[in-house]
Order: sequence, then C-alpha cells, then structure tokens
Amino acid sequence: MAVSSARIAGRRVGNAVFVGACVLVTVLALAALAAILWSLASQGVGGLNLAVFTKSTPAPGSPGGLANAIVGSIMLGLLAMAIAVVIGILAGTWLAEYAGDSRYGSAVRFLNDVLLSAPSILVGLFVYEILVAPFGGFSGLAGGVALALLAAPVITRTTEDVLKLQATALREAGVALGTPVWRVIGKILWRSGASGIITGALLAFARISGETAPLLFTALNNQFFSLDMTKPMANLPVVIFQFALSAYDDWRRLAWAGALIIAVSVLGVTIIARILSQEQKRS
Amino acid sequence: MSIASSPTVGPSPRRSAPRGASFEPVFKALCFAAATALLASLGGVLVSLVIGGWPALARFGVGFLTTSTWDPVKEVYGAAGPIVGTLITSALALAISLPVAGGVAFFLVELCPSVLRRTIGTAVELLAGIPSIVYGMWGLFVFAPFFSRHVELPLMAAAPPGSLMETLVQGIPNGSGLLSASIILAIMILPFMAATLRELLMTVPPQVRESAYGLGATMREVVMTVTLPYVRRGAIGAVMLGLGRALGETMAVTFIIGNSHDFPKGVFDSGSTIASTIANEFTEATSPMHTASLIALGLVLFLITFTVLALARLMLRNQARL
Repeated sequence: MAVSSARIAGRRVGNAVFVGACVLVTVLALAALAAILWSLASQGVGGLNLAVFTKSTPAPGSPGGLANAIVGSIMLGLLAMAIAVVIGILAGTWLAEYAGDSRYGSAVRFLNDVLLSAPSILVGLFVYEILVAPFGGFSGLAGGVALALLAAPVITRTTEDVLKLQATALREAGVALGTPVWRVIGKILWRSGASGIITGALLAFARISGETAPLLFTALNNQFFSLDMTKPMANLPVVIFQFALSAYDDWRRLAWAGALIIAVSVLGVTIIARILSQEQKRS
Repeated sequence: MSIASSPTVGPSPRRSAPRGASFEPVFKALCFAAATALLASLGGVLVSLVIGGWPALARFGVGFLTTSTWDPVKEVYGAAGPIVGTLITSALALAISLPVAGGVAFFLVELCPSVLRRTIGTAVELLAGIPSIVYGMWGLFVFAPFFSRHVELPLMAAAPPGSLMETLVQGIPNGSGLLSASIILAIMILPFMAATLRELLMTVPPQVRESAYGLGATMREVVMTVTLPYVRRGAIGAVMLGLGRALGETMAVTFIIGNSHDFPKGVFDSGSTIASTIANEFTEATSPMHTASLIALGLVLFLITFTVLALARLMLRNQARL
C-alpha cells in the first residue's frame, strides 16, 4: 500500500512538472511574439509619417520616404500573383480532376509539396540564371517571376484540396446535363470552391510579400521612382535590408517603418484569409 | 467526359454536340501544362544550379566541400565553413525549438481552456506569418544587445580558464554569432512546428485519449505513451519540415550570424551559413569563379534540403495532408 501510494505521488509530481513545463513554454512563445510586435510597433510608428508614402528613398541625411519601394513591391506582388494564380489554379485543377492516381500525378503532387518549402534563395538563383544573366540586367520582371514561383505551389495545393472536397454529385449533375467537363469545372466547381481558392491565393500573397532573398538577385533595387518592369525595381524588403544594415539613423528609422508596413499588411491579409476560411467551414 | 461525348440516345437522335465540347481537350492540355510547368521549375532549379556551379566544382573537386579557405582575392574557394555553419545552426535551432513546440501543442490540445484555445492558436499561427526580415531586424537591434549583456558576458566571465566551457563560449560578445542565429531560427520555425503538431494531435480519435484517461493515466502519460506515439510518423515529418525551413532560411540569419567564413570556434563566435553567404556576396561577386562557387554552394544547399523535405513528405504522406 505504501509503495503504491509513493508511486502515485511520484506520478503526480512528474505530471505536475510536465504540465508546468508546457504552460511555461507556451508563455515563453507568446512572450516572444509580444516582444517582436512591441519592437515593431514602438520603433516603426515613430518613423511613420506622410513623407514615407509620398517621397522616394533618400540619400543618407536628407529627408525622404519609401514611396518608390511601396509601389515597386505592389507591382512585383501583382505581377507574381497574376502568373501564380493562373498556373496554380490550372495545376491544382489538373491534380484534382484529371490526374487521378496516375504516377505522373503523384510525382507532381509530391514535388509540388517539396517546392512549397524549398529555400526561396535558390529560386532567386534559378531566376537569375534564366532571366537576369542572359538578358544582361536585373529587372522587375525577373523579380515578379521569382515571387510567382514561390506563390504558385501554395495555390496549387489549396486548389487541389478545395476541389477534392466538392461533392461528386455536383460533377455528375453537371455532366448529366450534357455539359462538357471543363465548363462543369469552371461554372460549378470553381464557383463553389471560390472562397477556399481565394484563401489560398491570399496566403500565397502573404508569403511572398515579405520575401527578400529571391529579390536580391532579380529585381535588385532602385533608388528612384520607376514603373518600368524591365529595369531594376525598388521594393520594400530589399530597401529594408539595405537600410537596416546601414550606419545612418534616418535610414534605420525608415527600415523600421518599412518593416511595420510589411508586417501589418501580411498580418492583415492572413487574418482576412482566416475569416474567409472560417465562413467557408460554417456554410 | 465519356458520358458527355457518347452517342446521344432518346427522342432527338440528331442532337448536336454540347456547346464548347471542342474546348475540352484544350482545357485539359492547359491544366496539364500548368502542372508540368511546376515540375519543370523544380527541375530547372537543379539544372541551373549544376550548370552555374560546374566551373567551381570541376576546379576544386571534393576540396570544395572539405576545405574552409574562402578567398575571393586569391580565387580559392572552400565551402566547409558555411556548410558546417548551416548544419550547426539548424541542428541547434531544432534542439531549442522542438521541446517548446511540443509543449505549446500539448498545452493547446490537453490543457487550454476552450475560451483561450482559439486566441492562442491564432496568435501562434500569426507568428508564422511574420516575414523573416522582421525577425532579422529584431534579432540584430533588440535581441543581440540583450543577449550580449545578459548571457554572453556573464557566461564568459564565469567560465574557468582552460576549461571546455571557456573554449565553447569564446568569441566577440557583441550578441551576434552562431547561438544567437540558432535562437532566432528556433523562434521562426516554432509556430510552424507547434501548429503542425497540434493539428496532428487533434486527429487522435477521442476514444483513444479518453480510454487512457479513464484508466487513470496522468496527462503526461497520455501524451507520451498514447497520443504522441499515435501520430509519430507525422510528428517526425513535421519536425523535418521545420528542419528544412531552418536550413534554407536566409534573411534572419544574415542579419545576426556575423558573416565570417572561417570555421566557428565556439557558439558565440561569428560564422556563416550557405544561404547567408549567397545573400551577402552574390550581387557583389568579383569574378566568374566567385559567382560559380556561390552557385555551387546553392547546389549543396539544394541537395541537403531536398533530401530532408522529401523524407519529411514521405513521412507525412499517410497522415492527414498538412
């Protein structure tokens, strides 16, 4: 009796230690999140003013803003999404509707999953080799393609998952009316899965909007305001990288302001995506 | 498809083909082409890295992997420093992150009051969405000074001269270095691993968990002997996905690792990883051989991460797709 109650006490203590450790690390993780958000807010808000959105990146010591980088980032993001949405939705549709259990289908599915988490810097090197080196210069176009390669696997994956969730009866109903399969997909399946596909696209957009590494070798940077996609193009991540590592206080302030802008937009997009996917679950 | 194109039966034997039926093969080909484009881009990454890095591999051979002289002036490139740096920081990051991610997942699944569960779960997932450059800036400007003042200096002062500990903690106590980079990496991969582990633990059927509790098991026993073993394949896959991220992470590490190509002497010493070396030097490469060596480094990183990610996906395959 004494032995068993000692054992029970031992198990209780062990459990208490374990539970305590779980609570402790959760608090630690949340503290890390709070610390990062706090630094961003306290350092970033101080650097925010109207000039950040209206003036181009300055030389050290003179006033300026991030307007060229913000516009550049938006253009790169839109170009990337335009490419990635088309490729991602079509590829996801092929995987869900046409590939079945074929070997080629499984191979694409598997390698798409690998591509999904492949280091972005290698995608940057690849695009440098095919679009920058042969054409003799960095360009916004190359930057957009690099980002598209990072976004497309995300959209492919969510599209496939969403389409597979649609009821077979929907497909059969469409086909029974004599509708060609591609119209069944376009008019019925894509529409009923729209919110899921949009969620995937938003998450992909959130992923690429903070990407820095692949842009270093593709879009590079541009000190001036430019809308020409065939030339090097300013963008927020690379400007932040350059300014943060500089020795000038006003550049560092701009870097924090830029980091805050990116983080807020990424978090905003992520939250919208979550709300959308929750609504989808409810309906 | 076969239904739509089969000969019509019934009252109108001469019914024409449905509108747009001729577009069907075109649509199917387009979808197939998009899927193939994805496959081709992964293949393209590999081929372009092999072609671009070939001059360096041909000239330095195995020495490229085993020597640590990286000298753009004398045109001698050995990548052992960055390769070892990559492996050490990733392994340390995983060692720090794994217990924490496990703890967070267990807390959310077993302990958390349901009011807090969604809020905390969402907060942890939002942490995953913060761009890596923000982690880098935070690491350099906030974490490094703190780490230098409260960890590095006291430890270096406390290390007895001539001991193993003194060797381990040597370096410049400016807050950047291998261990700082590993900690930032650990914070970065934590939310992803915690969220994945939590999803996996949620897939354990409630009867299994409830039976264990019903037999009088404590929470620790339920988690360690019942639910975690139930999802072990998936859990290993999730950990390896986290490792894959740590291996390829660029910006956060570039800010804080100190960027030195020598072999790191201790955990506070500055070092470099493959990704940080490429990010720092690629646009400023001085000669074709320098560029080729950097691309060859990229090839090494590709082979390491591809192996890890492929294994991870194979492990996760039988679990719910994550």
